[in-house]
Order: sequence, then structure tokens, then C-alpha cells
Amino acid sequence: MKAKSENVLTGAHYLDGNHASAEGAIAAGCKFFAGYPITPSTEIAERVARRFPLIGGVFIQMEDELASMAAILGAAWGGRKSMSCTSGPGFSLMMENFGLGIMLETPCVLVNVQRGGPSTGLPTLPGQADMMQARWGSHGDYEIIALAPDSPQESFELAIHAFNLSEKYRTPVLVMTDECVGHMTEKVVIPPAEEIDLVERLYTEKPPGEAQPFEWSNYDIPPMLPVGKGYKFHITGLTHDERGYPIINAEAQDENVRRVSDKIKRHTDDIIWLEEKDTDDAEIIMMAYGISSRVMQPAIARAKQDGIKVGQIKMVTVWPFPEKRVRELAGKVKALIMVEMNLGQVYYEMERCAAGKCQTLLVDHAGGTVHNPEVIYNAIKEAAK
Amino acid sequence: MATAEIRITGFGGQGVVLCGYIIGKAASIFNEQHATLTQSFGPEARGSACSAQVVVSDSRVLYPYVTSPQVLVAMSNDGYQMHRKTMPDESIIVYEKELVKLEKHGPRVKTFGIPATRIAEELGRKIVLNIVMLGFFGAVADVLPREALRKAVESSVPSGTEELNLKAFDRGYEYGLELKEKAELRA
Amino acid sequence: MSVEIQQPPTEEHPKEKLLRMDRIPHIWCPTCGLGTTITAMATALEQLELDLNDVAVVSGIGCTGRVAGYMKLDSFHTTHGRSVPFALGLHIARPDMKTIVFSGDGDLISIGGNHFIHTARRNVDMTVICVNNFIYAMTGGQVAPTTPITARSSTSPYGNYEHPFNLPLLAASSGAVYVARWTALHIRRLTTAIKEAIAKPGFSFVEVIAPCSTLYARLNKLGSGLDLMKFYHDNSVIKHGADLREVDIDFQTKIVVGKFVDIEKPTYIECLNEGNKRVFGDKYKPYGVDHGDS
Repeated sequence: MKAKSENVLTGAHYLDGNHASAEGAIAAGCKFFAGYPITPSTEIAERVARRFPLIGGVFIQMEDELASMAAILGAAWGGRKSMSCTSGPGFSLMMENFGLGIMLETPCVLVNVQRGGPSTGLPTLPGQADMMQARWGSHGDYEIIALAPDSPQESFELAIHAFNLSEKYRTPVLVMTDECVGHMTEKVVIPPAEEIDLVERLYTEKPPGEAQPFEWSNYDIPPMLPVGKGYKFHITGLTHDERGYPIINAEAQDENVRRVSDKIKRHTDDIIWLEEKDTDDAEIIMMAYGISSRVMQPAIARAKQDGIKVGQIKMVTVWPFPEKRVRELAGKVKALIMVEMNLGQVYYEMERCAAGKCQTLLVDHAGGTVHNPEVIYNAIKEAAK
Repeated sequence: MATAEIRITGFGGQGVVLCGYIIGKAASIFNEQHATLTQSFGPEARGSACSAQVVVSDSRVLYPYVTSPQVLVAMSNDGYQMHRKTMPDESIIVYEKELVKLEKHGPRVKTFGIPATRIAEELGRKIVLNIVMLGFFGAVADVLPREALRKAVESSVPSGTEELNLKAFDRGYEYGLELKEKAELRA
Repeated sequence: MSVEIQQPPTEEHPKEKLLRMDRIPHIWCPTCGLGTTITAMATALEQLELDLNDVAVVSGIGCTGRVAGYMKLDSFHTTHGRSVPFALGLHIARPDMKTIVFSGDGDLISIGGNHFIHTARRNVDMTVICVNNFIYAMTGGQVAPTTPITARSSTSPYGNYEHPFNLPLLAASSGAVYVARWTALHIRRLTTAIKEAIAKPGFSFVEVIAPCSTLYARLNKLGSGLDLMKFYHDNSVIKHGADLREVDIDFQTKIVVGKFVDIEKPTYIECLNEGNKRVFGDKYKPYGVDHGDS
């Protein structure tokens, strides 16, 4: 299915990452947005609020982030494509109902414009320190899909991609951008609607009485049931069976949790999106995501001029982690280096997967601004010694 | 490659960010270049000093922030004081004559002043001060074609104010051309 | 001669159409007030003659939170305190449906208190039925924001000393357009109240005072569930339109019940449409009139 032309602002624009995220979501057909103002994500909400009235969407500023996350789940079950955006403390508040979204297998999109933390931290400056919270922030075991744009153009594109993945896999999807990308203004080319592919929600074809809200055994991804059509289904955040009925025992837990996790794990090859450059004969491979993948470019170019064989992996998806690829490469290279704007988060995944087969290095940063390319360059030199 | 790093500074409400936005748009939308605009957000951006930074390049901008600015556009004395020492040799400072008290700069930093507030008032709207400054910057810094900047002005200002803003831009631009000519004659 | 064998008539629960019979027996204690409250809700839905496909029920967590699991409707058992904002999203996505939140006092008013007052403020078209048993029952009898002063709970073992909320006053002052309170004893009046609340456009609120014999009654030595029903019988004072400042509930004194508020006010979606129409005129297509699926 293609995007609807009334939702797509085709043309070349000069937009910041937050406005571009909003346009991506609108192009993807998002029609419900519930959010709470928080720097540095608010421009997404503001743009959606301005754009929605004439395209049949509803924007609502909720009383807090707990309510925002709950409301977008309700709207998703009501048949809408829905989203929210937040930052820092708001992300923490959303974790509760984010878990409900996972448990109810609810398609929706949440954009986290990361700022410096912990607590109120640096509201107006960038960070990438919510990456592990994205992975594990809600209680319990689950798999998550998280994307990281490096520019306004990618913010637009990945917002659409996030909606598509959420529909395809019937799960909440995170876009983990940051203040730098969110507030950076660049050219954004929005293609014509007919060039934007959208994944539409899969509803059951079975009649009421035969369909179940979580038909794990007959489907790769269980189709959803529509409200108001006589299915009279029940869903719960409690551990449940395919009927959606609560079952409080270890067997049901094992089945429920594994099914919900496995539907992502089974499809990692489809979900994981890496942009690799010069990895074939590299002695050192740089890994990064979002703005850091961009900031490391001058350092890589300089190291190459020095004759060091540097390859790179830009992780467009951070979660699920590209475990298989890192394991392969670890056996072939001298060092893997992670550049991220935190004190070491995704790095530890890389280290785990490298399993001692090569050196692993972290170029960390507590946040507040992006890395100095000089520091990244020095790390490459150090590893190449 | 030809990268130009430009910093615009002033106080909240002067249209500092719009000024940066127009420069970036002129480069990336109307001059087939790449341009990244960032701004200093923060409590300080809600009133007193604020600044916008534009990196213009023929290839993709990788590092988004200004590291070695070629041009400083100063619309307030606070902003000027905050950033003047970061200006390297061969750079240009463009300032509002009546708002900025110019300090001594090395011989290799060129300074160009304009009474932009007065010109804006003559045009009937003090609010177009930033666009007068922009025109002036366009002429003296010469990092972007005049037409690209004009188009960016036209497509960025509130509808109904295009004519006034283009007039403001042209007045600033002409003032800059004259000043530059005089400076070149002196040199 | 052929003999016609008569099958014994199959026994049918009178509310079978509205209950998930495959989930019965339920988890609630004998003499819990939830049974009669659900019966009242089911009867109200029958009497309203609504298309039951167009009714959704949303619950939070707690004993009452389990209601969603037993009603044969599109039903959502959400997180603790968040039933109201979940219902808000559902309602906005499907304004043509009736959205009913059925939850307890701890869920709606303590952890969900902020959502409750803001949704009332917006006058979102939904019905909130709050079963108030003065205690957190599911977790074993802890003090609630509704526990009367001096009443004991497992976390107020020497008697509660905090001022409780007066729910009708809270709902009305937050903006609810319909507010009523009945006890689980007043089945017919409660049914009527639920019916009126569901039919009412806007945020409607029904408080149901309900016995919890296992915890509230036991911890406070109030006897059985039946004794509590007797207490309601002897101590309820019907006072329609009562001054809501005077409907506080003290420990084992009178309980003022009745229909307190029934006013007209534009709903959230009506306000949304009005506001946008004012600005955009004919360019604006009113929301929720033709819901579509786009």
C-alpha cells in the first residue's frame, strides 16, 4: 500500500529532525498523537498539532507521559496508527505502558529525542544514554526494535520505517534520536506519496467466534482483531493464552513470553539494518549509530589517510543487536570500536558478541555535545598500534 | 568541499534563528549545497543571548557544529562579546553598528558594521532588522549567491511580508556592496 | 408409536449474553459487591438496547479491574491506574462506540487520580464506574485514598488518619457532567444510574459503594458481607442533588446516595470540532462524524 497524497508534503524542505520525524509519521498515516511537552522533543508534538486538523488526525496533549503512552495503545486498538514522542524523564514514565504495548502486541511508534541524563540532566543538549533503557527499560523479558536516525532526512524516513515495522511485527517500535539530530536543520526531500510504501495492519480474516486476539500457533505474527465488529475479544497485560485470557502459571508464562520475544528473534535478518563500508578487508571496524555514526566520519577519513584499514558499520537499527554480524567480524579484525554518546551501553553488547576474538574499544562521551572527531581518531590510532 | 562556517548571534526575539535558517535554506535548497543549521538551545535562548550556527559545504556536513567560524554576524553586544574571541584570522565580523561596541581585532579579521536597526525603522518595521543584517552579510561575506538568499528570504518569512522583507534584504545588501567597494578602494 | 423424548431445558444464566461463561467461576469472594454491580451494568446495557458490538469496557488493576475479563464485550484489562487514558485513546479512535471504564477506587483515584480529573476536565465522552470498597483488596487490604478516618487496613493497622477523597465532589469539580452514588444494595437505582451515565454524552461518573467482606469488613470487625448490606440499608440517605461538600463518607456513619449532577456541556470531540471549525471553516471536516478507518 502507498502513502496517501494528502498526508505527504512532497518536495524539498529545510527542516529540523523533529519536524522531519513528525512529517514521516504523518506520511505513514499516523492519525493519533498523545504526548506531553518535554525538551528537546516538543517540536514533534507541535508540528503534529498544527498539521492534524486538516488531515483528520487528533492530537491531544495529555496530563503526563504515563497517560500519553496508555492513550496511544488505546487508539491503536481502536484502529488508528498512533504515536508519541518524549525525552529523558518522560521516557522513564512511559516504560510502564510501553511494556503493556509489548504484552498486548500493539503496533505504535515512540520517538525518544535523547538528552543528557540521569534525572533532569541536560534538557537542551544531546545524549545517547537511553539505549539500554530502550532495550530493557520496562520490566520483564522482551525483544524490542529501535532505530537511530543520523539526520533530519533519516528522521523522516525512519519514522515511516518505524510505523511499517510496528505493523509488520505487531509491536511498539522506538525511534531513538537525540537532541543534536532533533534540533539540526537540513534539507529534507519528501518523495511523492506513490513512492512511499506503507505496511498496513493485518486483521484476522476469521469471523467472530473463531478468531482469537493472539493466535500464535497458526500465524507467524498473530493478526489483530478489530474493535466494534462483534469479536468481543478480551486482552490483558497479565500473562495470557491465545484467547487473551489470563493464565497465571509457569507454562503459560513460558509460552506467552517466548512467543512475543521469538516473533522478533525469528526475523532479525529482516529487521536488522546496517550500513557497512569497507568491512571486507578492514583491520579495524568502527561501530556507531545516530549522530555518532556521522561524527566519526572525519576521524575515519583521517585514519585512512594514515594508511589504516578502517571499516565501519552504521547501525540504523540498534535493537535487535546485530549479534551474528559482530560475531563474524570479530574473528577477522584486529579491533572493534564503538562510538556512542554515553559511558558504555551498546558497547557491552558488541564486547559480548566479540567474545574475546578481537580487541574491543569504547569511545565514550557523557553527553552534552557530540564527540570531538580528534578523540575518535586517537582511538583508531591506538587500536591500530 | 569549500566549507563555510557561520555564526549568528543576538538576543531572543531578534530573529537570529530565522537568519540562520534562511542562510542554510539558501545553500541547501537554492544553491545545491549542503547546509546544517544548529542553534544554542537552553534557558539562555529564551530571552538573552542566543546564537545559530550554519555549516555550508559542497559535500555532506559530517560534524554539525561550528568549530572555526569564517563569519560572525553579531546583532547584540552580549553575543558579540561572547563569540568575538573565537574568530580566527581571515574571518569576518558583521555587526549592527548601534548595538555592538566594536573592540580591537587583529589586522587579519575584517569587520563590517551597518546601522541595521535604523534602516529597518526607515522601512517602517524594526522587526526586519535581521533581514537587513542578512542582506548585508550576503554582500560582504559573499559565501552565497544573492539570488539564492533572496529566494530563501521570500520562502521563509510569514506570507504577506515578503515584499517588505525583500526590500529589507536589498537595502542591507546594497549597503554592504557600497561599504565593500569603499573598503576595497581604501585597500 | 413413537416416543418424543423431551430434552430437559438447558439452564442459561440470565446474563449469559453479556458474560464470558467460559471464564466462570470468577475469582471474586462470596458476598463481594462486584456481582451485583456487574448485574446492574449488564441490565443497564440490555435496557439501553445498544448494539453490544459497539460497547467496549476498559479496566485497570485490582479486584474490580478484573471486570473487563468477565464481560462479553470488546474488553481491555490494562495497567494499574491507566484504564482512563487507555479508554481515552480508544474512544477517540472509535467515537461511535460506547466506552465504559470499570475499575476500583485505588486504581482510578489513587494511582490513576491525575488521569481521572483531567479526563473529566476534558469532558471526554466515557462512563467511569468506580467500585469503592474503601480498601486495596486485591493486594490484601491496604489503606486507600477512600478509606474512612479510623478504619483499619493492613497498612493503617491502628486506624487511618488521612482525610479520604469525596469522590462525587472530586468528579463534579473536575468537570463530570453526570455524577451519582449508590451502594451495591440499591440494584435498581444503580442500574438506572449506569443507564443514564452511559446514555449521557460526556464524562459520566457512578460511584458504587460495595462490600469487601474478606478484608475491609474483617479488618474492621464489621461482620459479613450481608451485615454490610444491612448497614447500607439502614444508613443510606437518598439525597438527589445534594450539596457535594456534604457527601463525605465517615467510618460507619450515614452514606449519602443519589443522583448529584446531571448537566449539559459540550464533549471533548464537540469542542475539538468547534475549535477547529472556528479557525478553518469549511476546510475542516468534523472529526468522528464519519469515523472511517483511515
